[in-house]
Formats: sequence, structure tokens, C-alpha cells
Amino acid sequence: MRNLLDAVNESLDRATDARYGPNGLNIVVATNRKASSACAEQVALQYGRGDNMSMPGVPIAVKDNIATLDMPTTCASRILAGYTSPYEATAITKLRASGAVVIAKTNMDEFAMGSSTETSAYGPTRNPIDPERTPGGSSGGSAAAVAAGITAIALGSETGGSVRQPAAFCGVVGIKPTYGRISRFGLVAFGSSLDQIGVCARTVREGAVATYAMSGRDPYDSTSADLPVPMSPPDVQAYRGKTLDGVTIGIPTEYFPPSLDPDVRARCDVAIEVLRGLGAKIVEVSLPHTSLAIPVYYIIAPAEASSNLARFDGVRYGPRAADTADLRAMYDATRSRGFGPEVQRRIMIGTYVLSHGYYDAYYKKAQSVRALITRDFSAVFATGVDALFTPTTPTPAFRLGAVTDPYEMYMSDIFTVTANLAGIPAISIPIGRVGGLPIGGQFLATHFDEPRMFHVAAALEAALGEEAHS
Amino acid sequence: MTDWSEKYEMVVGLEVHVQLKTRSKAFCGCSADFGAPPNVNTCPVCLALPGALPAINAEAVRLAVRAAIALECTINLKSVFARKNYFYPDLPKGYQISQYDQPLAVKGTLHARIPGEAELHDIAITRLHMEEDAGKSVHDRYPRMTAIDLNRAGVPLIEIVSEPDMRSAAEAGAYLRTLKQILEYADVSDVSMEEGSLRVDANVSARLHGATELGTKTEVKNVNSFAAVERSLQSEFERQCAALDRGETIRQETMLWDATHGTVRPARSKEESHDYRYFPDPDLPPLVLDHDYVKRLRHSLPELPQQLRERFRTHFNLNNAELEAVTAEPGIADYFEGLARAHGDAKHAAKWMMGELAAALNESGVKIRDFPVHAPRLAELLDMVRDGKLSHTAAKAVFATMRTSGKSAPVVAAEMSVTQVGDDSQIQQWIEEAFTELPDETARFRAGEKKLTGVLVGAVMKKSKGRADPKKVNELLAKYSS
Repeated sequence: MRNLLDAVNESLDRATDARYGPNGLNIVVATNRKASSACAEQVALQYGRGDNMSMPGVPIAVKDNIATLDMPTTCASRILAGYTSPYEATAITKLRASGAVVIAKTNMDEFAMGSSTETSAYGPTRNPIDPERTPGGSSGGSAAAVAAGITAIALGSETGGSVRQPAAFCGVVGIKPTYGRISRFGLVAFGSSLDQIGVCARTVREGAVATYAMSGRDPYDSTSADLPVPMSPPDVQAYRGKTLDGVTIGIPTEYFPPSLDPDVRARCDVAIEVLRGLGAKIVEVSLPHTSLAIPVYYIIAPAEASSNLARFDGVRYGPRAADTADLRAMYDATRSRGFGPEVQRRIMIGTYVLSHGYYDAYYKKAQSVRALITRDFSAVFATGVDALFTPTTPTPAFRLGAVTDPYEMYMSDIFTVTANLAGIPAISIPIGRVGGLPIGGQFLATHFDEPRMFHVAAALEAALGEEAHS
Repeated sequence: MTDWSEKYEMVVGLEVHVQLKTRSKAFCGCSADFGAPPNVNTCPVCLALPGALPAINAEAVRLAVRAAIALECTINLKSVFARKNYFYPDLPKGYQISQYDQPLAVKGTLHARIPGEAELHDIAITRLHMEEDAGKSVHDRYPRMTAIDLNRAGVPLIEIVSEPDMRSAAEAGAYLRTLKQILEYADVSDVSMEEGSLRVDANVSARLHGATELGTKTEVKNVNSFAAVERSLQSEFERQCAALDRGETIRQETMLWDATHGTVRPARSKEESHDYRYFPDPDLPPLVLDHDYVKRLRHSLPELPQQLRERFRTHFNLNNAELEAVTAEPGIADYFEGLARAHGDAKHAAKWMMGELAAALNESGVKIRDFPVHAPRLAELLDMVRDGKLSHTAAKAVFATMRTSGKSAPVVAAEMSVTQVGDDSQIQQWIEEAFTELPDETARFRAGEKKLTGVLVGAVMKKSKGRADPKKVNELLAKYSS
């Protein structure tokens, strides 16, 4: 019992340490020691009583776009300054029922729009591995929280790679479950057909435990899947020898373009050899529509966002521009002051592509291409491929402020957006470092095949051992 | 005033919003009740708090499908919810969940009845789709401020769109009255314009008789009764005709009905060309219904007014006016059927329904389902009239007492001593008394002056305090006349 409360307290001490606050790495944007301690004591009581819990007293950090009761939920945006949700996300409720204790909210790109945590109204988060570099984004705060050891588990959210990309940059595990695996109720919507709560973790096994704890049908989210939830995480203790005998891993050529950073390529090649050594059959495969993923993503995600973000109008919550002449001016001023430039850019792109006369040419066409991208994956998995292996990002973490062109920033998601478009599960795990910077390798599996994805990822993780972090 | 209908033809299409009578809202568990204090019936979903998601209310779907079946629509087994995006303070999400290019149902028909006309007017229904209501903006409650009440936000609606098939205000009125009646019978809505559970937007245009192209239409809004719809359409039609006759072109705009002055005027705010940016709502999977579900709903649908009228026509041999009256509302029809079966004489029952019962309902303002005298009780009263035990006048008095006392017709009639006397010797005695009282008239009557029968009957009735059976009195009197 003592240990459980101590673990939470130590985590709270780290979360409130100035090194991780606004003047430090700027990872943590909110804590509530009193509420977290109360929660921990409650868990201790129940656990002591013998309640079955998969995460008893495990401290977790939560991205600032997931609704929590005792800390603000601002999406790192001025438009939600001071907003605390009166209700809690289903995923949080489930985690708390599993014994987890929320100890902090983490920094992020505003409304999850960005790949470097630099669009946050709280200012950028710094990468714990190299403070001059970005932790990636948009779940940069969550990946950094795990990398810095504040918590072992941190929740992020994915729309186009927002958990896997920062996980790769920070040298931690990043999980995006199948679309529909985890309820989105309480996750502030960005691109509703792409969004999924994800997990940053130290190990595949720990990440799998947290993923399963949140999974399952939720009547409050009509897009959540009514499927049984796998209960057991990969049994890494048993991983010895030819763990991947009989497993086929596909290597999609489109994810290894000539322009790929040579260090990233080299690390991937090593990983592939290790997989082969574990008994996996390695096959080259093709996903021919991959190059269309970024354009398609940057039509669909902003389109949905432009509608999802319409509710931030200053009428019911958040700051309202009160100094305006009429309703229209109130909307304009509230939203122009409340949203940062990247969010405004995406709202405008989204509004444009949904406009009368453009809908067919952009949104509808993008949806057709999205279907082709999804079909690419189905076709490959139908040939008997169990999982695909790719680099998570084209480069390691870049320097803060180094990428200023939005298009160049968007291209950092090139290997991750496909999983969101297709709705399939994906995981990034550390596969080594180059010049001290972590490199991430990604596994993709077919819909709702998290168990197999976790199995291959955990096998590689076990085989790489310390090499993954050196 | 010019009679424009000589030269121009009115073309009307109607969009009707109907609130479904579910207990909870369309996409959350909040109560859909009317009349709660402001913003009491709200939750994270209908307040559009960050992160909240909609989940469809199965009961709303059931009622919408029922309505679509009642309106003879083709049900789309797959329909899609779409977002209609626009900003307004009483629209919390910044979009309304509606259906756009894949509605729940299409291609229906409504057989409108114009009172007094035997022929039904078939009006095509273009589509029927589901959507949610917005909240309410209250502009006149606080100075310089607008108050928002979101109790209504998210309440389930169906929108029923007709083809521009109507050619007169009366026909539009008939469409609406028939529609209301059908939805009432299908038991899907309270269909009350006063409470806002039925709202009408009317599209109207004018064209020369014989023209095949439609004229430019305007949309008439702010109408709060069927009569007002008819008046506003007529008024707008005349305005358009006058303008066309002067060689002007009609501008496509929204006109507001001003009930006080009985005129239409252009909506004050400049009509913005809205681009609603419809797209499929990614939070809601397509609504997929299975064939059996629709079939079950089709079979569970109660008899609709038209079928009922046909059945009553055959069974009870009623004329059109009677049929219309006894099927006006489902409650009326149930009552009538009960009354007619218990009493046996359907014509007599219909007469009472249209006369005394209608007057009583009208006067007391109660709904037929709450009416204190149930059909079998009223049948007893009608039986007494038929059997000559009560005069019609006495029956009316007994009926009035039954409504307040809760006692049966024979009991009330006995208490009031109004039971009709058909006994020959008693009537004979009253006749004798009348003869004594009116010797002149009696002599002339006996001499054959038949027109004096009325005077003598009157005298007998007076002697009997109205209790003598007039038929019997007439019979017996006739024997004295040579």
C-alpha cells in the first residue's frame, strides 16, 4: 500500500518539478496534487480490498485534449483558457477503474494541429533527450513525459501520427490502436474519422496493458467497436530464441524512398535483420497509393476540423470577445484571438474544401483515394502478411524552430498518416540512436489485430535490448 | 381587389418540421419535454462541450420510420447523417445534424382531403429526413442581450418536403390538415403548431396559366396556424401577381407573415447566401435498417384515417360529412366506434358525436380521451332515446348531468323525472285535459282541421311537462280527427 501511494507522490513531485514546467522542458501544463492524491488513496483502498486492477496506482499523464475532471482541458489553446470539463472522457474513467491515477496534463500542439508541439499556446515543449530539439507532436508533452521519467504511461491522441512521431523522436513506445478500439468520448475532436486515443509508454508490454484497459465498446461513441477486448499483453518473459517463427513481416518499398535519411535507413536495416534472425519471414510488398496519403490527409482532417472547431464560438465557454458591435464581429474577434495561426490555417483549408462547388473535387475525391489507400493495406494483409515494418519518421528529431514551412512540417507525418486513413493499428518502438537521437521503427497490422502487432513489436524490443536506446 | 387567379396560377411546395414524441433527445439522454425552466434539459452532448459525441436515439428512428411508412414513402435501408454547418448562438455545435443526399425516406404520397370535395388530391412527397432541433434565442427578455435556452437543442425532428404540387391556398391547407391527421394517427408527434411541434415553411410562386416553367419562388415563414398559412400564401401570391403584372421580376427571398396586419414582408436581415458545407457526420455511422425491422413497423402501424373511413363507410353506412367528423382524430374515431357498436345505430351515434358531444368537448376544452362520459355510458343514453324513453330535449339535459355527476343515463333520467311516458292511458288522460282546456281548437280539430294538431300536441306536452312521447301523442290524437 505504502508503495502505491509513494509511486504516485514521486510522480507528482517530478510533474511539479520546475525542470518540466514552463521555464524548463515545458512538458506539464497542469497538475492537481490534492485530486491526484485523493484518487491514489481511493485506489489503494480498493486494491487493498482485493479489487482486480491491471494498473494499480500507476501514475499517468494525459494530453491536454482529453477531458479530465480535476484539471483544465484546454487543448493548449487560448480559446479554451481556464476551461475545466464537467465530465470525464470514457478512456479516463476506464483507466481509473483499472487503478491508474492521473497526475498531470501534458503540452501539445494547439488542438493537436502540428508535428512539433510548437503551435501550443503554452509555448513549445523541449525534447528531454536534447532540449534544443523538438519532441515532435502533437502529443509532444506526453512522449516527453515518458522519456523524462515523469510517468511510465502517458496518453496522447492520434489523427495523423501524433503519438508515434513524438514517441520516435523521444525514444519511447507510441501506440495508435485501431480506429474504434478506444472510445473517443471526451477526446476533443480534430478529425473525427481519424482521431484515436493513443499511448506513450516505456515498453510495449506496459503500453499494451494501458491500451487494453481503455478499450471496448462505449454507448457514448457510436464509432467505437463492439468487439471483445484482448486481455493479455504480450508475455515478454517467454521471448527467447525464434520468437517470430511462422510470422511474415512485409517491408513496403514506398516507405523506403531514396530521400530517406541514411541513418534512419541503416537503423531500419538492422532491425529487419534482427526480425529475420527471430525467425520472421521478410517479404517486400507494395502499397502503391502511399504518396497520395499526405494530400488526402490534409483535405480530410482540416475539413472535419473546420466543422468540429465551430463550437468554439465564445458563446458557452472559453473567453469571449465582448467589445464587439454585433454577433458576427463577436465570432470573428473571439475566434481570431482564440485560435493560433496553424489552427486558423487548417480551419480555412477545411472550410474551402467543403464549400459548394469544391466538395466533389476535394473532399469527395479525397474520400475515394482514402478507400484506395485502405485497400492497399487489405490487399497486402490478405496475402498472409502479419505485420508491416517501416521507419516511423523520415528523420530524427529536428531542432526547435528549424521547420517553418507548413508543407515541410506536414511531410514529417508521411509514414504515419496512412494508418489513420486506413484505421489500422500501428506502433512505434525505439530501434536505436544516431548521434544521440532516437530512431523509431513502426509496425502496422490489420484492423483489430493489436495482439499480433504487440507480439512482433515486443519480440523486436526484446531482441534489441539496450541497443534500442544506444 | 383583383382576382389574380383568373390570370395566374399559384404553385406551392411545403416543408414541414415535425417534432417526434420521444422521451429523450435525438442524440443524448436529456429529456425532450416542453416547458422546463431554461437550460435544465441539457448535458455535455447537447451543450456541445469539447469532446462530447452524439449517439442516435433508437426511438426517434422508430418514429421517423413509422411516419415515413404512414406517408407511403420508400424507406432507404441505408441513410446518412450529415452536418449542416452554420454559426448561430442557439446552435451549440456550430452545425446541425441532419440528413442530406441520403435521407431516411423518399417518394411518398399524401392524399389531401379538401372539405366538401369528394375527390382526394394526391400530393407527392419528395423526401422525409431526420434532424435535430436548435435551441431558442430569446431577444426580448433582457435589454440589449439575447438569452439562449438549449432545452430544445437536439430534440428529434423529421422534415417532410413536398413537391410543388399544390395550386391553391386551400389545397395547401388541406395538405397540412391531412398531414397532421396522419401523423396523429401514426402516433409519432403531438403535431401542435402552438407548441411548435409542427412548423411550416411554404414555398410559393406564381405563373401564367398554361406556363410549364416554375416562377421564382419565395419562402413564407413565421406562420403559426394552418389558417395563417392559407392567408399568407394568398397574400404573397397576390403580391407576386401584382409585381409580375407590372413587369417586375420576383426576387428569391424569405417573407415573414405578419399576423397582426395580415400581410407578408421581406425578412429584415439581408438574406445571406448560406453555404452549409454539408458533409457526412463522421461521428455517426450510416443508419442501416434491416428489412424485417421496417416490415414489423409497417405491420404495427395503426389504421390510418383513410383506411378507417373506408371501413366505417362499409360497416356503418355513413356519408362523407359524417365520416370526416367521426375520424377527425384517433380519439374521436375510437370513441365513435365504441359508441356505434354498443348502441347499434351508427347514424344516430354519428349525429350525437357531431352535435352534443362535439359541443360538450368544445365547451369544456377536454380531450376526448379525458371525457368523463365513456362511450358505453353514452350508448345507454342513446338507447333510451331510440326506445322512446327519453325525448331528445330531455336526453340533452340528462347528458349534461351525466358529465358532472358520473351517474348512468337511467339513474339521471329517473332522478330528473324526465323519463318519457309512452303509456297510452296516461297520454290519453293528458289529451283529455288538453281538450278541456282548449274547447274551440278541439272542436275544429275534430271537425278535420289537421293543422291544429301541433297546437294540441304542444298542449299535451305541456301537461306532461315534456315527458309524453310525441310520437305516441300524435298517434293517439289522430284517432280524434275525422
